[in-house]
Amino acid sequence: MTKSQLIETVASQLENVSKKDIEIIVETIFSCMTDALTRDERIEIRGFGSFVSKIRDAREGRNPKTGEKVSVPKKRTPFFTVGKELKERVNLKKHLNSTNG
Amino acid sequence: MAMTKANIVEEVYKKVGFSKSQAAEIVETVFETMKQVLERGEKLKISGFGNFTPRDKKIRIGRNPKTGEAIEISARRVVTFKASPVLKSRMNESSP
Repeated sequence: MTKSQLIETVASQLENVSKKDIEIIVETIFSCMTDALTRDERIEIRGFGSFVSKIRDAREGRNPKTGEKVSVPKKRTPFFTVGKELKERVNLKKHLNSTNG
Repeated sequence: MAMTKANIVEEVYKKVGFSKSQAAEIVETVFETMKQVLERGEKLKISGFGNFTPRDKKIRIGRNPKTGEAIEISARRVVTFKASPVLKSRMNESSP
């Protein structure tokens, strides 16, 4: 599912809210989260998961095609940890599916 | 200080002319829909942010790190996240 399909799905569930408003809200949610990570702030969405920004040190890498050495600079990377509720729900569905064939 | 759903609701509230409870309801519905998508094993692609992918893990033998005892880790479905290049570059606009 893509972001635009997510917007469609949410809009179909909330009939009193226009699709345009849902679109603005979904964009706001992800831009808030991007801003938080940009300022090294942790994000905790109860039941969904948490995001943290970690620093990866500079290292010597290699171009996998040519084997040539390249220096990879120090950089920030986001990490996601799945929340308890989502973890359980995703796994439960998997087990239900496998018992059904 | 961590950003929580309450902070996101606050931002949404400032952006659109809804009541706080309505803003909270919509934000909640967005996250609930995302959970439902992943729950049914479907990939979720948020352009400019990243992709959430459910992955099926096979049964494997792990070890209790304390006792060294071998234990079976059951087959499971997990969710992984891969950040979009847009998010990564936003995070590195100022040097880390």
